[in-house]
Amino acid sequence: MELITTAHNGPSGIAAERLNEAECQSNFCEMHMPLEENAARVEAERCYFCFDAPCTEACPTGIDIPGFIRMIANGNAVGAAGLILEENIMGGTCARACPVETLCEGVCVRNHGDDRPVTIGLLQRFAVDEALQEGTEFFSRSEQTGKSIGVVGAGPAGLSCAHRLSVLGHNVVVYEARSKSGGLNEYGLAAYKMLNGFAQRETEFITSLGGIEIVHDVILGRDVTVQELQKRHDAVFLGIGLGGGNMLGIPGEEAEGVADAVAFIDGLRQADQLSAVPVGRRVVVIGGGMTAIDAAVQAKLLGAEEVTIAYRRGADAMKASIVEQEFAKIRGVSIRYWAQPGAVILEDGRAAGVEFQPSGDTEAGEKFVIPADMVLKAIGQGSHLERAESAGLFEVASGRLVVDEERRTSCSGIWAGGDCIAGGDDLTVSAVQDGKVAANSIHRALSL
Amino acid sequence: MNDLKSNFAGIESPNPFWLASAPPTDKAYNVNRAFEAGWGGVVWKTLGEAGPPIVNVSGPRYEALHGKDRSVIGFNNIELITDRPLELNLQEIAQVKKDWPDRALVVSLMVPCQEAAWKSILSQVEDTGADGLELNFGCPHGMSERGMGAAVGQVPDYVEMVTAWCKEYSRLPVIVKLTPNVTNIRQPAQAAKKGGADAVSLINTINSVMSVDLDSLSINPTIDAMGTHGGYCGPAVKPIALHMVSDLGRDPECEDLPISAIGGISNWRDAAEFLLLGAGNVQVCTAAMTHGFKIVDDMIDGLSRFMQEKGFASVSDLVGQAIPSLTDWQHLNLNYTVKAQIDQDLCIKCGRCHIVCEDTSHQAIYARHNGERRYEVNEEECVGCNLCVTVCPVENCLTLRKLENEVDVRTGQMVSPAEKLQWTRHPNNPMANADP
Ligand SMILES: Cc1cc2nc3c(=O)[nH]c(=O)nc-3n(C[C@H](O)[C@H](O)[C@H](O)COP(=O)(O)OP(=O)(O)OC[C@H]3O[C@@H](n4cnc5c(N)ncnc54)[C@H](O)[C@@H]3O)c2cc1C
Ligand SMILES: Cc1cc2nc3c(=O)[nH]c(=O)nc-3n(C[C@H](O)[C@H](O)[C@H](O)COP(=O)(O)O)c2cc1C
Ligand code: SF4
Ligand code: SF4
Ligand code: SF4
Repeated sequence: MELITTAHNGPSGIAAERLNEAECQSNFCEMHMPLEENAARVEAERCYFCFDAPCTEACPTGIDIPGFIRMIANGNAVGAAGLILEENIMGGTCARACPVETLCEGVCVRNHGDDRPVTIGLLQRFAVDEALQEGTEFFSRSEQTGKSIGVVGAGPAGLSCAHRLSVLGHNVVVYEARSKSGGLNEYGLAAYKMLNGFAQRETEFITSLGGIEIVHDVILGRDVTVQELQKRHDAVFLGIGLGGGNMLGIPGEEAEGVADAVAFIDGLRQADQLSAVPVGRRVVVIGGGMTAIDAAVQAKLLGAEEVTIAYRRGADAMKASIVEQEFAKIRGVSIRYWAQPGAVILEDGRAAGVEFQPSGDTEAGEKFVIPADMVLKAIGQGSHLERAESAGLFEVASGRLVVDEERRTSCSGIWAGGDCIAGGDDLTVSAVQDGKVAANSIHRALSL
Repeated sequence: MNDLKSNFAGIESPNPFWLASAPPTDKAYNVNRAFEAGWGGVVWKTLGEAGPPIVNVSGPRYEALHGKDRSVIGFNNIELITDRPLELNLQEIAQVKKDWPDRALVVSLMVPCQEAAWKSILSQVEDTGADGLELNFGCPHGMSERGMGAAVGQVPDYVEMVTAWCKEYSRLPVIVKLTPNVTNIRQPAQAAKKGGADAVSLINTINSVMSVDLDSLSINPTIDAMGTHGGYCGPAVKPIALHMVSDLGRDPECEDLPISAIGGISNWRDAAEFLLLGAGNVQVCTAAMTHGFKIVDDMIDGLSRFMQEKGFASVSDLVGQAIPSLTDWQHLNLNYTVKAQIDQDLCIKCGRCHIVCEDTSHQAIYARHNGERRYEVNEEECVGCNLCVTVCPVENCLTLRKLENEVDVRTGQMVSPAEKLQWTRHPNNPMANADP
């Protein structure tokens, strides 16, 4: 990929059209080129078809990876997709968004020596895309149970739960605050991971099974209460994700030019034209997770001249993997480690830079300033349980719902999963697993 | 570098690598290129009777079995003998021999099973100055239905008869090319010897149907929605050829009958193996057809280095050196015992060894050790079958360890391989005879 950058005389401040639309489209190409049929087959042949495969063990949804890869090798991509979707109905998104280097591919036995892992993610994408293209129907609904389940949130957790419940013969109503389904698949994942409206295509595929009604623009806590849902339905599942970004708690944080990274990405994902998305000339992103990487890279792709990720600890401590850090660096993003933000420097009431204190071993070092007309905060999302929760119904830990192994909350008849529960790893694939596990548990409970 | 000079049944060539009778040797153009590339000799593409030439199909005549990396593992053809006029071939043969006096030029022949037909062609071939004759008794398709090729090679009496005619009407060395489409290769070879053959060559191609097209539901290669069985060759047939060559190599009745080995020979290693199992030289077809003539460079260099390393002064010193290692099952030493062993530093924990032994063999490899993923051999169950070794993807990670003067924990018996125990004398053998 040839990265198109801006000349060093672009307007300062936050501006749209740093690159024209064609240049933006060219920059926002596929993060990893999908495999062609022959390449997929050759790659599939590299799999050793391991016993008790470590990759399957590492997959939060437990996909039979050697099984589906063997099907690809034998020219049965659609069968492979069936095997994938059986465990992970969002196999298409996960193939694009999973940090595979820390999951399945990270433990592939072919990592040894100077060998490289089987590209499980790309193979999974090949199979699922092929099946979606062919419009294959993999699921049918069991005999109707007459039960109704209320699911809150049409993100990965909610949709996964809804799909499994529908397969098991239940009727599902999904209450979604926003006008589109998909949760962070639609509003949060980086644009270069989810090209061509994939979140909506996947939602259509999931709901095409029937038995799932999604009601949009309904907010739990504003338009409906948990108690009301319990009355309406035989069981309730909460998959409401997380709320707005956390505060840094430093001076200048409220000034113009300082924004939440998730909100920035949200705006970008929903923009009709990428070139219309305003971005700073110099951008500082504060944080060390996937959101920081995604925000920084996308700012760069929109035409920001200088983009720096500032993280308060070292490379190894970063939540974003080394592979993701490399990915950002290759796209021209600088990463400053051991930088503790002290204050946003203002000029005419607008952000002009961020002052940092060296942290870690170099704590004694001198303060320094990175100039920035746009500051993006990516230090994690806060809980928004309060808004949804009705008067302390649930046991909560650090703002997240406490659940048991079956994803039951402390409140009888209510299950939960995804980012809103405690102890998770804030990944799409884990949210999908939660939804699946909860659906099976709900089914068992309702079958008693 | 060692001298690879070869003398096969009185035919000299600078090296033992010949091109087998097939498309690579069908024209002066190809053969000149082969000699330029360094091939020691050729067996010219099989000639038929004078008269209207043979007609080949104009649809596809080849099909392949591909490996994972699309390398050709097996190759199949439904081609007939040369489809060029006899006269033209004979002229070209004469010219090529004149231009390349140091190379071996053998002419392959196939005419109807009548004495007059053979007699007539033999004199014409002799006039070209060619070094020898190869009788194509092997082609399994097209010609055999017309009473030639394999149809002759499968009947030892015919083999003997035609060979005898050739010996009678020609002074050239006669090599009889055998078909593998028989149950016992020794019979046609012995018949050839009885007929006076100077040598045999084997194998010709094996009857085969390559594949079925799953879209059209017809066989491959397809000619106007129909196909037919063809001759199979290439790397996949090498073990079959090795067996047949070595079977003749250790047949007392074929002693001193030179063997030209053919079948899946692709490189110097394959060639060395055939020589060690009794071949006097080798012939190559598929490897050349799938890579071009340049492959002979590696064959020459590799074989000569191998000979130097092993201390063989000439090609003939190599011939048959591995024959003494070949025996019949009942003479194997049943006291020889091995156990699988895993080098834990090399093991990548794929578990393939476990699952194959667990599902299909002797349940002798543990998958876990103290709850950890770790593959270990259970010597109490391991029979040393080698299955796990064949599936382990890491070279030298899984090997077989020879037991010597220790107790086999599977049987509880002391293992002393020096005391040979053959089935012929085994206590469990009701027919055992006490004397060796
Ligand atoms: C910027 C960003 C990038 C990310 N990149 C990756 C990545 O590359 N790979 C990866 O694996 N993970 C990534 N993640 C994490 C991943 O997106 C989440 O773990 C996953 O989406 C969680 O799914 P969920 O269903 O729990 O929540 P969400 O996806 O957040 O969905 C929750 C849904 O509930 C709705 N909702 C919320 N409150 C209410 C309410 N009160 N009433 C009704 N509806 C409500 C929301 O509108 C939303 O649709 C990223 C996260 C962010 C923020
Ligand atoms: C396309 C093709 C045509 C052949 N034609 C002849 C032939 O005319 N005469 C003959 O004796 N053998 C013929 N053969 C057999 C080869 O000479 C050789 O015996 C056989 O292919 C095995 O050797 P290989 O494995 O090196 O190919 C032919 C083989 C092929 C592939
Ligand atoms: S670990 Fe790697 S080689 Fe083994 S099954 Fe998984 S993808 Fe295949
Ligand atoms: S040698 Fe055979 S029996 Fe022994 S462990 Fe290997 S597969 Fe099992
Ligand atoms: S097959 Fe080889 S690499 Fe795989 S677990 Fe067994 S010993 Fe280890």
